Amino acid sequence: MAVVFKKTQGLTDAQTHYCPGCTHGIIHRITAEVLEELGVLGDTIGVAPVGCAVLAYNYFNCDMHEAAHGRAPAVATGVKRIFPDKVVFTYQGDGDLASIGAAEIVHAAARGEKITTIFVNNAIYGMTGGQMAPTTLPGQKATTSPYGRDVDHCGYPIRVSEMLSTLTGAAFVERVAVNNPANVRKAKAAIKKAFQAQIEGKGFGIVEVLSTCPTNWGLHPLDSLKWLEENMMPYYPLGNFRDPAKEEEGK
Amino acid sequence: MAKILMKGNEAVAKAAIEAGCRYFFGYPITPQNEIPEYMAKELPKIGGVFLQAESEVSAINMIYGGAGTGARVMTSSSSPGIALKQEGITYIAGAELPCVIVNMMRGGPGLGGIQPSQADYFMSTRGGGNGDYRTPVFAPASIQEAVDMTMEAFDVADYYRTPVMVVADGMIGQMMEPVEFKTPKKRELPAKDWATTGTKGERKPNIINSLFLDPQELEDHNIKLDAKYAQIEKNEVQYEMYKAEDAELVFVAYGTTSRIVKNVVEELRAEGVKAGLIRPKTIWPFPFKAFDEIPAAKNLLTVEMSMGQMIEDVKMASNGRWPVSFYGRVGGMIPTPQGIKGKALEVIGGAK
Repeated sequence: MAVVFKKTQGLTDAQTHYCPGCTHGIIHRITAEVLEELGVLGDTIGVAPVGCAVLAYNYFNCDMHEAAHGRAPAVATGVKRIFPDKVVFTYQGDGDLASIGAAEIVHAAARGEKITTIFVNNAIYGMTGGQMAPTTLPGQKATTSPYGRDVDHCGYPIRVSEMLSTLTGAAFVERVAVNNPANVRKAKAAIKKAFQAQIEGKGFGIVEVLSTCPTNWGLHPLDSLKWLEENMMPYYPLGNFRDPAKEEEGK
Repeated sequence: MAKILMKGNEAVAKAAIEAGCRYFFGYPITPQNEIPEYMAKELPKIGGVFLQAESEVSAINMIYGGAGTGARVMTSSSSPGIALKQEGITYIAGAELPCVIVNMMRGGPGLGGIQPSQADYFMSTRGGGNGDYRTPVFAPASIQEAVDMTMEAFDVADYYRTPVMVVADGMIGQMMEPVEFKTPKKRELPAKDWATTGTKGERKPNIINSLFLDPQELEDHNIKLDAKYAQIEKNEVQYEMYKAEDAELVFVAYGTTSRIVKNVVEELRAEGVKAGLIRPKTIWPFPFKAFDEIPAAKNLLTVEMSMGQMIEDVKMASNGRWPVSFYGRVGGMIPTPQGIKGKALEVIGGAK
């Protein structure tokens, strides 16, 4: 019998701890598939964040390094500067990357650090129990914005991809979503291009993945996908912001 | 190799390179800037990497990543910068990675000043960051010693898989002395088979981590670390006894301060006072056993460039055997021989 689908070698057999309906599992899988398809698993060192993906080091089937909250880009920098020929990636959530680790991600991008960041944006702090994130939408309720995010009080959500794409060192920047099969395929293609940009030495690459948090949003998984489409996508438009391949074509 | 005249900071940087350090991540802060500057100039010439991070927090996390690869890595800073690095240091200790951290101390708290100080004794010897851990801390009193200790620090780090600190002060960093770069006594070092070097598809993934969600696993990890620290306390204590064997007044001082105290010991001896000095060369582990070697002692006098931090270890070492007094200057004020001697005579008078 012909095998039409099998689990990627890029993931271990460990059971993940993610909540039912959470899209981290999909993002892990497409990232792992890309590493396997590029044939670089044996030369990859990943850096896990603090937050929901804190245990990612148990799930990716490559050497892994756990970092402190927000510091993954700095840890990845240390690894990459010693092993310029290895593939180095960080996997970070929005609290980790856009709040406590804002300096680290901005400067890794500014340096053109040849690493790849998978940035999972679900507009809320998941692991710590649903507090407001830098990406929480105006009016969105969270445990620390119980009346809805008031922009007069705590400011506006950060559009990370737009911000980083202003930096010359950021070679590849794309925002994707994993809300339906077509978008999952696009997300995987973007992740592949980001890793290729690293392998070709083009500079820093980041793929922002709009993701759901049914548990902390208090929604059914299917309603979460709908909420993502209706609320997150208008504020965080999907699309490519920087692509070295496109930029070379345009020259 | 002939002696060469070098500034303390540059000598420390050269010593690290001699010891095989090829990767340095740092952030500027006075009075240690000649270390990153030297690294920026010299490392690229020998295939190494100097990188200036955007902050001390980032620099120590680059060290964390770098140490995970198994390479010899180092960072340096001064007091407020080391305070920021404490986050990374506890992770490095928790994940059991080797690296060397140099602190050229300045006065605090807060921004303090830029003059020499020894007020980071607690921060260096008590863990500094969160959780139960210790870092071996070398405290050089001369530039030669700073060189020798920096070299040894890399071996101690690799041997025990731990961050190691070299803690001096702005005086050691900024002054010049002749130094010799001797090949240090080599230890047999364990293989770094835990490092994240890429599996090449030939082994199970290596994971660098300090997270233990299972309480029993975390307790086991802490017990394991504690056993390692007990080994370090047993094997790595270094100290100097300076005319202490027959001394009735025993000074305790380390680093720059100990050099001034040695002059006072000479002056007091010339005046018929039996004075001596215990000089910790490692401030953690602290040389408690040195205090068993002072049979004639009647008084201990701790001298520090702080308001009194090491004195707590001295009191523990004394354990009620002797009265322990203190003399300190802070803010970048250097203790003078006259000031120390005045306190010494007061202590002896009080003991009569």
